[in-house]
Amino acid sequence: MKTAITKNKAGGDAAVLTGKNLASLALVLVIFVVVGLVPTMTQGYPVTLLSYILRYVILAVAWVLFSGPTGYMSLASAAFYGLGFYMAAVFSGRMPFPVIVLVAGVVGFIVALGVGGLTLRLKGVYFAIFTFALVLLVQNVVLEAERLITHTRGRFVETTSLSTAYYAMFIVAVLTIGVCVLIRRSRYGLALQSIGEYEEAAAHSGINVVRTKMLTFATSAVFMGMAGAIVATQRAYIDPYIAFDLNQSFLPVVMAMFGGMGLLVGPVIGAAVFTEIQEQLQTRFPNLFLLIVGMVLIVAITFMPNGILGVAQRAWRWLRGGRRAPA
Amino acid sequence: MAILSQIIIPGFLLGGIFALVSVGLSLQYGTARVLNIAHGEFIMIGAFITFWLLGSVNLNPLVSLVVSTPVVFVLGWLLHSTLFRRLMDTSPTLDVFEGKSMLASFGLLYVVQNIARMIWGSEPHNIQFMNNSVTSAQIPLNRLVALGVVIVIGVIFYFFLARTRLGKAIRASAQDPTTAGLMGVNIHRVLAICFGLGLAMAGIAGTLISTLLSIDTAMGLQDTVIAMIVVVLGGLGSITGAMIGGVVLGLVSALVTYYQPSWTNIAYYVIFVVLLLSRPKGIMGKA
Amino acid sequence: MHLLEGEGVTKHFGGLAAVSDVDFYVDQGEILGLIGPNGAGKTTLFNLISASLKPKPGKIAFKGVDLTPLPAYKICRLGIARTFQTVKIFPNVPVARNVMVGALFGTGRRMSSRQALKKAEEALEFVDLLPLKNVPAGDLTLADQKRLEVARALASDPELLLLDELMAGLTQTEVAEAIGDVRQVRDRGITVIMIEHLMQAIMAVSDRIVVLDYGRKIAEGTPREVSADPKVIEVYLGEECDVAS
Repeated sequence: MKTAITKNKAGGDAAVLTGKNLASLALVLVIFVVVGLVPTMTQGYPVTLLSYILRYVILAVAWVLFSGPTGYMSLASAAFYGLGFYMAAVFSGRMPFPVIVLVAGVVGFIVALGVGGLTLRLKGVYFAIFTFALVLLVQNVVLEAERLITHTRGRFVETTSLSTAYYAMFIVAVLTIGVCVLIRRSRYGLALQSIGEYEEAAAHSGINVVRTKMLTFATSAVFMGMAGAIVATQRAYIDPYIAFDLNQSFLPVVMAMFGGMGLLVGPVIGAAVFTEIQEQLQTRFPNLFLLIVGMVLIVAITFMPNGILGVAQRAWRWLRGGRRAPA
Repeated sequence: MAILSQIIIPGFLLGGIFALVSVGLSLQYGTARVLNIAHGEFIMIGAFITFWLLGSVNLNPLVSLVVSTPVVFVLGWLLHSTLFRRLMDTSPTLDVFEGKSMLASFGLLYVVQNIARMIWGSEPHNIQFMNNSVTSAQIPLNRLVALGVVIVIGVIFYFFLARTRLGKAIRASAQDPTTAGLMGVNIHRVLAICFGLGLAMAGIAGTLISTLLSIDTAMGLQDTVIAMIVVVLGGLGSITGAMIGGVVLGLVSALVTYYQPSWTNIAYYVIFVVLLLSRPKGIMGKA
Repeated sequence: MHLLEGEGVTKHFGGLAAVSDVDFYVDQGEILGLIGPNGAGKTTLFNLISASLKPKPGKIAFKGVDLTPLPAYKICRLGIARTFQTVKIFPNVPVARNVMVGALFGTGRRMSSRQALKKAEEALEFVDLLPLKNVPAGDLTLADQKRLEVARALASDPELLLLDELMAGLTQTEVAEAIGDVRQVRDRGITVIMIEHLMQAIMAVSDRIVVLDYGRKIAEGTPREVSADPKVIEVYLGEECDVAS
């Protein structure tokens, strides 16, 4: 489904170390360091808010990692995220926290390989529907399994401190972004983009399309699973409805599309903006929040194919006198 | 005779409603090429319009069809003429359009569902309508009425497609929109009407369902998934396929519910998954 | 041993035989022309060779290796590259990187990015597209896009190049240039199979020609032999008119 996901026309990047690039690199590093050290500077609400933002950064960027270049619209994020919840619940108390997170990532990888092996041969629309149905299927299966096998409903999770969770989330977010950047700049990124532009030609040019798709899909699931495991340790109690919530498939997509998928900072912006809005509205007007998200998605698809960043880029060019032809 | 009254007949009744919903989705995808994930939300809207009319002016649910159907039709017509038409105009290929419109319908799902939630809340509601049994087989009257309505609509629709000018235009557009346009069919008008019709069918199904089961504002998603299963089962884009698929799924559902009700949902999804993987073209697929 | 050999190659779509019991071969260094009316099965045959489709029944072997169980990417790495009737370049990717795809993934050897870039630039130089190397491929003219496809195919170091209607939609001048390019490809040691509708072009450049009609091979030989073959004439021009009546 080479679709609503717009490609960045510039494709290649020359890694030229100009003064400007060095400056922006330094800026990014500073931001990272500051964000990383937040728990040492304040307590309570700002830390919580930032950890929510980081969670959505992970989900949105992990989603873009696969669905961005290939154009395969995956709605399965909630499935892998929820799986992370359950990994945390199952192993909670039996393993140290970092190991649990790692295990959640590994399990996400393996499951995604299995799912991908079955479904990545499906054409665009079918793939999207399938991943959508997958979330609901997993939810129902776990529900039934709990009813029949363990005779429970939901599970308890041993909680960890807010700052531990924060650091974990921060590390995973950095990893996710880092891997995404590395892939984009590597030959893998070129392969993914080729698959997204013309899968048949990519295969005939020597790209092992099946393996590339599967590995990338599985990689994105790793980070989703890890995020889920970390979040679960903040909740104390989870059940299939909490874990496999379709919103977690939907929100990352909207955040990424709203922010713009050409540059990685787009999903990050989207995540930050929407998390903040969610925080404001969640307690008193939860329906309003989801309503707004739905409207934003429709508006983004219709009027902002490159997201907010695309709009900003166009505005910038227009301001500079429109010397270059519009994209 | 448990088999008959507990499985076969409820299966056909359920199948009839599934078929109705799925034909609606098939109309939308087959002609307008929109895979409308929000389809189920309009079932919910139909149900709630009926519920509201019953509550406020004590209007007979069957009569409320006269209100709910045109309302949902107009909504669908408007949606297509504005949103999807614009997406069509800005999409370079059909694939791109299918993707964009599916995503847009995802957004629509959230919009419609949450507007409904803000109005009617999240608790379930019940309509008592013709609940008394009529025959010795213990089938409540409301079910028979619902089945009757579905059959009548099915027949009307069949003749509409086969005999009227607009019906032929629809069939032509479903086969090949470009050529149909060249042959003088006002393609945009036809597509908008198809979309509206498809949505209206969802609305009708919603009204009928409200007479049979309890309703709540979250009911849409479940129905959408069932509709998608049926449409894939019957072949994406094939109207006959959607009808057959609906009946088949209804029977399967009744069967599973009879033995292990909590597995019904899983059964749906398993069928869906298996179908998508083995025969995505379905029984009569042409997509 | 022939470089590429097909035996009894057949492919049905539904009830229709797109390709029916075709035997063919190509020898190293040849330019083989593949002609026939529309729908004769020429592109299907290419698809069968490059593994977009599997022959059923039939067998295709390349340097003795049976191609039928292999997926498309392996066939490219073995040394068979192709272009497509409807140009399939990557529109949002710069020209140079389009070609680099062939170099990075299609040669069957590990290659560093720098080597791949060099290879890409060589290929672009060969098709005269080097000045456009940073332009997004979608912005190119059709003729240039076709050249780009050839460059991408060449960058994968093929021994056999399948060209599908390279000349379609080109002007007279462009056709002449394309003919020259094909000859140069052969001079580099690459064997070529070409599908073409443009009679003068393919007759001028091919060493040998295979004619398909309704999926069957109806003639084979040098351009001169084939153009004199009455079956071929009938297929292209209809029956000879009987002057007497």
